[in-house]
Amino acid sequence: MNLTSEHRRRRRTVNWIMEGLATLAALAAVALLVIVVGSIAKRGIGAISLDFFTKTPSFLAGFGEEPSGIANAIVGTFIIVGLAVLMALPVGVLAAIYLNEFAPRRVQTAMTVAFDVLNGIPAIVIGIFVFVFLVAGHGQAGVKGAFALAILMLPLVARSTQEVLALVPSAMREASLALGAPRWRTTLSVVLPMAVGGIITGATLATARVAGETAPLLFTTSLATNAVSWDPSNALASIPMFIFTSSEQADPALQEQAWGAALVLITFVLVASMIARAFGLRSRRRLSGGR
Amino acid sequence: MSYVSAPMPLDPAELHGDRPSERKIAKDTVFQIDDLTASYGRTPAIKHISFGIQGRTVTAIIGPSGCGKSTFIRCLNRMNDVIPGFSSEGQILFHGIDLQGKDVDPVSVRRRIGMVFQRPNPFPKSIFDNVAYGLRILGMKDNLGDRVEHALKRAALWEEVKGRLKDSALALSGGQQQRLCIARAIAIEPDVILLDEPASSLDPIATSSIEDLMHELKEDYTIVIVTHNMQQAARVAEMTAFFSISEGEDGARHGVLVEYDETERIFTNPSEQRTEDYVTGRFG
Repeated sequence: MNLTSEHRRRRRTVNWIMEGLATLAALAAVALLVIVVGSIAKRGIGAISLDFFTKTPSFLAGFGEEPSGIANAIVGTFIIVGLAVLMALPVGVLAAIYLNEFAPRRVQTAMTVAFDVLNGIPAIVIGIFVFVFLVAGHGQAGVKGAFALAILMLPLVARSTQEVLALVPSAMREASLALGAPRWRTTLSVVLPMAVGGIITGATLATARVAGETAPLLFTTSLATNAVSWDPSNALASIPMFIFTSSEQADPALQEQAWGAALVLITFVLVASMIARAFGLRSRRRLSGGR
Repeated sequence: MSYVSAPMPLDPAELHGDRPSERKIAKDTVFQIDDLTASYGRTPAIKHISFGIQGRTVTAIIGPSGCGKSTFIRCLNRMNDVIPGFSSEGQILFHGIDLQGKDVDPVSVRRRIGMVFQRPNPFPKSIFDNVAYGLRILGMKDNLGDRVEHALKRAALWEEVKGRLKDSALALSGGQQQRLCIARAIAIEPDVILLDEPASSLDPIATSSIEDLMHELKEDYTIVIVTHNMQQAARVAEMTAFFSISEGEDGARHGVLVEYDETERIFTNPSEQRTEDYVTGRFG
């Protein structure tokens, strides 16, 4: 046998290099996350206090008075994002169910492409769109900001739901149909229960993704008072808008507050993603037939 | 909201005489297939199939891979309807009613004609809920527990699972899962059970328990079984239809019915050369 050691050495070297490159790339990705989160935490942690969560910004913060809190922005973000979820989730999930379970294949392909295109539209364009049609001449409102975010969420929710539905084995649908169950009943009793974890995962990730969007809010719900407001028919403060405006202030205390707000925002997003992962795991175990 | 659809959409008078208790003639024709051609897109999978399937009999469909056995059996309960691009011509009369008729609802057809698939496909639910699924959907909710127990007993699974009905069906072995699927199918009291290679993914012991079950069930049900295992057909079926592949003038291959007869004749003294070649192992 002429399996020369030279060949073997080369193969090993190539293998070693490729493995090394892949590991480096993976480390770089993790390092980036650590650097971003770390620098935000380092600069923002000083702003975090109980007051930061419970008080509203003082009017004279920029003029020597101590800045206080972002309660209005936290409440505003929860209302705006909550409304966006209420708008985008049912539409997105139902659209995905229609496409995956009922639509002819041609419609399915066309709509999937449409969702991908919608997904590719920059957030600021969505913001301008909502501004032109809803805000200009009528005034800003939290609900209009929520609508802009919902447009951003819709394709994310719909596509992730579609993917989860596609994972449900067609044997399950056939089993149900063969027992004389109509299609909608099959969808409701067999397909959805198997997919619900994945749908929640997708929805949570989509929520986390739009919670940090600034551009659409800039046009639709940026001119808010500093008081805590629960009324989405008025412009509402929001964490991204607070970060955006405060980071441009001259006062270093306000800049620190912007970092603090950023820290709060990424903490929300991180927690949401972890919840989503937990649901995702549960769903995958169901689909793979775990005990 | 009531989602219980009445399970009597086919003319009840037509079906009445076939109820086991009132049946006078032992074996009548349940399915009369007349010149059936079924296609996926423009490609015909089976062409010009005609024969009759008798009631309370096990009828086996045998033949080489790709001869359209599964396509054929799925025509009998309109399961092919869910496949995009599927179309069929010709007639399938079920107790005299045209199954493909415009006013016939495929959902009610499937309620009458149950099906068990090649791979066991229990729902990721409890054993009980699997059997109860069809009953709940069809509104047969009175004595649910008794009905489930009865179906599991008929499927020869009761003794193995009676202590753990709440456990996941996915924890059962392959053979048990397939018997659960049979229990699920008979729970809704269909007239016919179609089995599409029900034992092809099972070991010999599980296979023989499924075959024993078929001998039991044919007392009450009309059974049509697709199998590529000739010994199995010989063991379980009274009637056998042999399908094979034909080539059209354009070179396209499609399935045809070569011969339909009593199983014993098919295996010992077939009238067609192609049947003999197949059953003696010279082809396929």
